[in-house]
Amino acid sequence: MKVITTNPAVLQPSVEDRGGPAQPLLIVDGLRKYFSLKPSLLSKSGVVRAVDGVRFTVAKGETVGIVGESGCGKSTTARLIMGLIDADEGELVLDGDPVGARNGLDWDVYRRQVQMVFQDSHASLNPRLSVEDTIAFGPISNGISRNVALSITHDLLNKVGLDASTFGRRFPHELSGGQRQRVNIARALAMNPKLLILDEAVSALDKSVEAQVLNLLMELKHSLRLTYLFISHDLNVVYYLCDRVLVMYLGEVVESGPVEELYRNPKHPYTSALLASMPTAQRNARRREAPLQGDPPNPINPPTGCRFHTRCAFAESVCASSRPMLSTPTAGTPDQDRHSVACHIHNPASGHSHAGSDRIVLWTSGHVNN
Amino acid sequence: MLSYAFHRVAYAVPIALAVSIIVFALVHVGPGDPLDAVLPDEASVQDIERLRAQYGFDKPIPVQYGLWLGRAVQGDLGISIGSGRSVLAEVVDAAQNTFILAAFAFILGFPLAIIIGALAGYFHGSWLDRFLSAISVTGISIPHYWLGMVLVVLFAVEFGNLPAMGMTPYGSDGWSFSVEHFRHLVLPLLTISAIPMAIVARVTRACVADALASEVTQALRAKGLSEVSVFLHVLRNAAPTILAVMGLEIGNLLGGSILIETIFAWPGTGFLLNEAILRRDLPVLQGAILLMALFFVTLNLIADLIQSAVDPRIQRT
Amino acid sequence: MHIKVSDMKKVLAPSATNMDAIAATPMPPNAPTYWYLVGTRLMRDPVTMFCAFLLVFVVGLALFAPWVAPADPLEVSVMNRLQPIGTDGYLLGSDRLGRDILSRILHGGRISLFMGIAPVLLAVLIGGGLGILAGYVGGMVNSAIMRTMDVFYAFPSILLAIAIAGAMGPGISNGIIALTIVFIPPMTRVAESATTQIRKFDFVEAARATTSSHLRVLRVHVVGNVAGPILVYATSMVSLSIVIASGLSFLGLGVSPPNPEWGLMLSDLRESIYGNPMVAILPGVMIFVTSVSFNLLSDGLRNAMEIRQ
Repeated sequence: MKVITTNPAVLQPSVEDRGGPAQPLLIVDGLRKYFSLKPSLLSKSGVVRAVDGVRFTVAKGETVGIVGESGCGKSTTARLIMGLIDADEGELVLDGDPVGARNGLDWDVYRRQVQMVFQDSHASLNPRLSVEDTIAFGPISNGISRNVALSITHDLLNKVGLDASTFGRRFPHELSGGQRQRVNIARALAMNPKLLILDEAVSALDKSVEAQVLNLLMELKHSLRLTYLFISHDLNVVYYLCDRVLVMYLGEVVESGPVEELYRNPKHPYTSALLASMPTAQRNARRREAPLQGDPPNPINPPTGCRFHTRCAFAESVCASSRPMLSTPTAGTPDQDRHSVACHIHNPASGHSHAGSDRIVLWTSGHVNN
Repeated sequence: MLSYAFHRVAYAVPIALAVSIIVFALVHVGPGDPLDAVLPDEASVQDIERLRAQYGFDKPIPVQYGLWLGRAVQGDLGISIGSGRSVLAEVVDAAQNTFILAAFAFILGFPLAIIIGALAGYFHGSWLDRFLSAISVTGISIPHYWLGMVLVVLFAVEFGNLPAMGMTPYGSDGWSFSVEHFRHLVLPLLTISAIPMAIVARVTRACVADALASEVTQALRAKGLSEVSVFLHVLRNAAPTILAVMGLEIGNLLGGSILIETIFAWPGTGFLLNEAILRRDLPVLQGAILLMALFFVTLNLIADLIQSAVDPRIQRT
Repeated sequence: MHIKVSDMKKVLAPSATNMDAIAATPMPPNAPTYWYLVGTRLMRDPVTMFCAFLLVFVVGLALFAPWVAPADPLEVSVMNRLQPIGTDGYLLGSDRLGRDILSRILHGGRISLFMGIAPVLLAVLIGGGLGILAGYVGGMVNSAIMRTMDVFYAFPSILLAIAIAGAMGPGISNGIIALTIVFIPPMTRVAESATTQIRKFDFVEAARATTSSHLRVLRVHVVGNVAGPILVYATSMVSLSIVIASGLSFLGLGVSPPNPEWGLMLSDLRESIYGNPMVAILPGVMIFVTSVSFNLLSDGLRNAMEIRQ
């Protein structure tokens, strides 16, 4: 039982829900991607450890956010999950079927079920193609006749809030940023994907337009029962849109959990510093010093042990020597509510002076009120 | 920087080798027996065979190539079938004459081209710019062999004050810095400089115009620098590109020389090459092309190295 | 009271009314395609239009030469040799064999233009194809192709063309082969550079995510965007090609007598430069005018294609 095909001909809310509601839509395990640099006299040869052992799951209908600073590996992770880059190691399981395995899903088939909405830029849409040609390209390439593809396209355009008869024949340079993003979304949806990855999809937009697009995303998620993987550096947007959040630092997941819980009660020093760095209009919550000092270290030669220890206020010798694993302090919680963290402070057996203690106070975030 | 230099030089060797193979192959692909030009009609079969063996044409091609290459590396490029002199000697002599032409073109022409281009770029959009740009478009499109003829018509035929041919006045044997010799130099010089000057002017104009419009220049002006200083700054920024193009255009000076030297009967490498083609003088053809090719490879190499040394933005791994 | 960000965002949510406002922007029914826009911009540029018309005129004359030319270009007449311009029956004079210059120029245009344009077309096909392949695939394939091209890139075009043609011997086909070889490396470079840039754009990745057919992605998304720079470069290359092709004939490579060809005519008429100077330079005028026009056309195309978003 090898090849599973999805026919994107008809736009149904949930296509071929094979695994049932309890099966996670996507399981990512042990994802690793190193980029090697060519050696020369000027720069030593080395590897950029872009993604180093990333592991998480995405449940059906969920919106999972990935946050982190530039260079933490968010975009590379997205492209690995998309199948645009080959991973060095790691396993992907889509709706119970392992990808690339003998009894599982073909890579080609898998790729069509995971689509991406890119950041709006002049490079996100082909300037030579009209809006409807851009959106219809996917279905047509997969065997749908042009007429049917165009009707799917018009249907989608209406769904994303653009009148098909007005916008169908327009070209990207005639659209505003918000309109282009709607087209980006429609293009991704044209393939009837099971998982939609949004890579900084609203970062380039003006704030008011950003709000409209976010609300559109929420609407679509409910009406089409979509599953999102939302990558962003903007913590406010992630809070608004996501159910669960992963925090990445230098290629590793350092904390993950439900968004409310994580924002209110961050366990990793990096997470709490990130949250505390958000500017706030409240007078008494303002800070004078930035919680995070310095720049992220070089991904070519990351620090030993815990990669954050060079910037961590609570770092001790154990942090430099051994790498903390992502683990859940409170056992027995259901998957969706798990709040996991990779930090020696929360590992009773680590040897950190504050290990296992609940009394440590990290920076308080002025953002979320209890 | 040093590693880049090393890589670049090392990389030039296989290029030179590939070039030599191509040159050899091309020449031997051509039609006709290389000895046809020299043999008298009554030559007996033994004479033909003897001549053939003497020049080594009886051996298989790869062997010929190997022998030729082996000798070439030692500096022996064979004997010219046409003149009987050593190919190396012929090429070197001819090269000196071409060098004179190219050197004057370079020294006099290129700075002028840069000035023209810089002015056009500085007064971007004005009538001066349009005028100078029109001239440079003309310059790059003009068939220089035709330009030579036009100049000859103008000055030698109509006005009659400049000689139409030859490098040297009667009785003289080689170049010297006399008025007579300069009179012979003028027309070929003008002709050969036209296209390279036009290209350099065009590139200079583009670079200067771009740099002047950039935000860096605006920042400099906002700082209060005088226009002259801003202009010099712009020139310094544009220098690497302009230098690179000048390097390439030296190549054009020498490449264009073939046709020009033929028109003006200037005894340079181009003239030599032309004669060799007409007479199918294979050893000269091979040797001359090889040497010219090596020269260009070296020229490119030097231009590249200079550019990477001057332009800090170029990161070489 | 701390205002939740989520509350603020609900205020800005799209309601039914402002969605309509977004979608209701008036728009002509048929939005123009990219090439249509390029065309309109071209038409507003007087210099380019002039050159375009001039070239159409020249090409037209060349194509219809057998019907337009007043005399047979090969017809020899010893009595009427070296007539000046304006002679009765010899509008532009005659050469040393008494052949009518005007007819020879018209017929010569066919060969000169053919030898100028054909190599460029071939170079676009071969060089463009190689360049797009190198740019799209990248990696080792790219290095292999581009390094090979680099070998040729060191030479000035004229010298290379003459060397190749000189080695191969005279003849139209040899000349075309020589010129094609000369033009393939720079064309490959232009195509590769453009393709490499386009390859990085998100829309190419988006297209790759929907289909495993690379050909399809290339055809729909890459080629259309690369065609612009290639076209601009090809047009300027035609200008150079005509000059070099005529130059080859001038040297005795390329076309052989008695065929009319601009460069060959120029070489022929050199002998009569003292006797009939104005006639002698006429074929060169044709080469020059055609070359300049192609160059200006190329510039105009480049300007018209810079559509800013």
